[in-house]
Amino acid sequence: MRSSCRGAGRLVCIHRVRSCSSIRFIKSKYVCVFDKSALKFSHQQRLFRTSAVLCGQIVQFKLSDIGEGITEVTVKEWYVKEGDSVSQFDSICEVQSDKASVTITSRYDGIIRKLHYNVDETAYVGKPLVDIETDASKGVAPEEDVVETPPMSHEEHTHQEIKGHKTLATPAVRRLAMENNIKLSEVVGTGKDNRILKEDILNYLAKQTGAILPPSPKAEIIPPLPKSETVPAAPKDKAHKIPVSRPIVFSGKDKTEPITGFQKAMVKTMSAALKIPHFGYCDEIDLTQLVQLREELKPLAQLRGVKLSFMPFFIKAASLGLLQYPILNASLDESCRNVTYKASHNIGVAMDTEQGLIVPNVKNVQVCSVFEIASELNRLQSLGSAGQLGTNDLTGGTFTLSNIGTIGGTYAKPVILPPEVAIGALGKIQLLPRFNGKGEVFKAQIMNEASDCLKKKERKKEDLICYSVIRCIKSCHYRSILQNCKPKLSIACCEDARHKLKHQIIEQLFCFSKCKSPLGCSYQDLTALNCR
Amino acid sequence: MVLQSSLKSCLQLSCILKTPKAGFRSTMSGGLIIQSISNDIYQNLAVEDWIHDHMNLENGQVLFLWRNSPAVVIGRHQNPWQECNLRLMRQKNIKLARRRSGGGTVYHDLGNINLTFFTARKKYERMENLKLVVKALKALSPQLDVHVTDRYDILLDGQYKISGTAAKLGRMTAYHHCTLLCNADKFVLSSVLRSPYKGIKSNATPSVPASVKNLFEEDPSLTCEMLLDAIAEEYATQHQIDHHITLVNPADETVLPGISNKTEELQAWEWVYGKTPKFSVSTCLNMVYKDSVIDVKVDLDVKHGRIEVCNIDLPEQWLPPALCSELVDSFTGSKFCPNEITTLATTLLRVCPQDDEMHSRWNLLCENMTRLM
Repeated sequence: MRSSCRGAGRLVCIHRVRSCSSIRFIKSKYVCVFDKSALKFSHQQRLFRTSAVLCGQIVQFKLSDIGEGITEVTVKEWYVKEGDSVSQFDSICEVQSDKASVTITSRYDGIIRKLHYNVDETAYVGKPLVDIETDASKGVAPEEDVVETPPMSHEEHTHQEIKGHKTLATPAVRRLAMENNIKLSEVVGTGKDNRILKEDILNYLAKQTGAILPPSPKAEIIPPLPKSETVPAAPKDKAHKIPVSRPIVFSGKDKTEPITGFQKAMVKTMSAALKIPHFGYCDEIDLTQLVQLREELKPLAQLRGVKLSFMPFFIKAASLGLLQYPILNASLDESCRNVTYKASHNIGVAMDTEQGLIVPNVKNVQVCSVFEIASELNRLQSLGSAGQLGTNDLTGGTFTLSNIGTIGGTYAKPVILPPEVAIGALGKIQLLPRFNGKGEVFKAQIMNEASDCLKKKERKKEDLICYSVIRCIKSCHYRSILQNCKPKLSIACCEDARHKLKHQIIEQLFCFSKCKSPLGCSYQDLTALNCR
Repeated sequence: MVLQSSLKSCLQLSCILKTPKAGFRSTMSGGLIIQSISNDIYQNLAVEDWIHDHMNLENGQVLFLWRNSPAVVIGRHQNPWQECNLRLMRQKNIKLARRRSGGGTVYHDLGNINLTFFTARKKYERMENLKLVVKALKALSPQLDVHVTDRYDILLDGQYKISGTAAKLGRMTAYHHCTLLCNADKFVLSSVLRSPYKGIKSNATPSVPASVKNLFEEDPSLTCEMLLDAIAEEYATQHQIDHHITLVNPADETVLPGISNKTEELQAWEWVYGKTPKFSVSTCLNMVYKDSVIDVKVDLDVKHGRIEVCNIDLPEQWLPPALCSELVDSFTGSKFCPNEITTLATTLLRVCPQDDEMHSRWNLLCENMTRLM
């Protein structure tokens, strides 16, 4: 529905109009009188936002000459649709001709009323491309958004001429400038063709007021206006006072997007995960020995091109624990009637990628050495960051470890990933003071570890699983593996003669698969070593 | 010594491009030759964008020289699945970029040079630019048989393409850029520019394949540096300016304010893949399962790089129908991207009944689907 107007604009009814598919009532708000002279604001006037242009005059915007004698082009993309309002110099569409892509920009301010071509159709130079409804009155550029403000010449905020160049800014940007008494000529434009953008106005304001604006350009926060700096002339109407500090006007809009793809799948999985009754257990582990061991083994791994972190040790230790407590490497069926004890220890490692939480797993850890695990982990990590993990890498996991330590966290309460029954979360290793048996303080490398496991409703099973976790963690296996890990042969470290031998043995320990005891091997095996 | 002069050059550029308070960019007069110190395709495309948007070229022009580490560059309105072997590119870590100009797909590596001629819109003239290049080549190596075709290609020995052209026209400025093969890896070029994807129906601009040759093969004394220098010299002569190449750092916000936003935009998935014109994929997966081959008809509509409509015709009961529809439902709206599909499908598998047989079928189907992407 359109507003009506009479003549060259003596008496005008301004209606609030919305052009949308459902029928809306026209609310007629205020009638106001204005003529050209009254365009300099006085505060008695209240002009309201109009979203439609007065007095439509349809202009056929023809496709202008492309150059090189080209007569026809293919329309490739429309940037506007019928009903959109455009400003002069806004992009309307993209056309292509013989390897040249051309952006067609609007010559007028107005509303798009008709698109003459569909995408992939041929458009002709000199023929109409779009119909734009413009404001009839000439001389004054159409002012669409007008707000009550301290006096500022109307003309200043239309097309300002600076050294023969027009200042480009959309009506919204002009309004923002006007509300804050900024002359567009003072602002540096960083947009296309030196166009002044919203960010430019905000930056200018920030410099003026010293206000710290939030980094996100999406929140249109307009800082409070300073007292007197930017007000040019004393307002004629004394009733209007500029407040000392205006409340910050936040005009950001909510944005709704559908959840698709991977995120949708994660929502499903996590919802299912949180339905599982959980039992959590947290503890602290002294890893001083492990830290030392890793330092010794790191260069050996590097020689083979493998980056050795702490994870391979934890993974191996977890697997050794699972050997003793296979219920933690199990899966319950949907009806919670049957437990399947999985033979392979496919231990998943949670990775945080751009997409979200991905959990690839290392297969058959029960038969891998720490070194093999480290190597496989490297492979998974590089594929993960390149976004190239395969289905085999991402399925078949039976137990998961999640490392919060890498992002600096010390505590965590992880969520079990179905169809598994348990998950371990590892915090950061920190150097902390602890008391030993004699009451002396010593330095210890401490890590907080939290596990979660399935808590079954049946009394018996519940006890079994939870108890397993506690035993597994606390008593002999997981924790003690890590706490007590040192090379089985601890040849005195300062003896030069045996130094070389010690390193060779450590190397062999490191590389052996089918470890018979935590991280080491039996003495019989050692005697069969090849010394280099 | 070299470092000092390049620093000096960078400062000079910022003086020319610096904006006074009034938001008025100084007008170019005469000409300017600049060269990028970066080999990153996205950064260099961003520089082109920046010059196009911010420089006033009413009275002057700019020649921009650049080279990139291995990348495939598709035209503004092209379909990457139709144009190149994305799978191979991922394996070889070859980047994919979509430029803002039209035209077809090219392969860049350090053995290829890129030239961009910036002018005022009214002075847009591709033939002149290419003739300039040919003149420079002949000055460097007089026995070279090179000429410009009416399709704005440069041919060597009358049959081998050594340069492709594309252009972008804006309201006030325009640019014409072209490649020039000096000693690029032809083997990689031909393997990445061959699409393995079948069944694609699209209105995207197709590329016209051509046999290529390196200038180096004709004249082994030629190097990229020599070519760049010769072309800069010819340009300087023709526009009566100093033969002086100003180095530009595409990561420098002080010289090129707003450049990092442009670089980010060019790297974003929404631009590179999301700007693909609507297309459909209609094909048959031949899945090898145990001892038989299962034919699965697949029909997909892809819009803005996302699967809008998905139809998978599986043999009856091969997968439980409820799961099948769950899978199809999750594909809808998802990016047409193998990583997205893989992570999506494997995540969903966690909440499906734990049946090994079913799992392996599910995985097989997903792997085959990702081969389309």
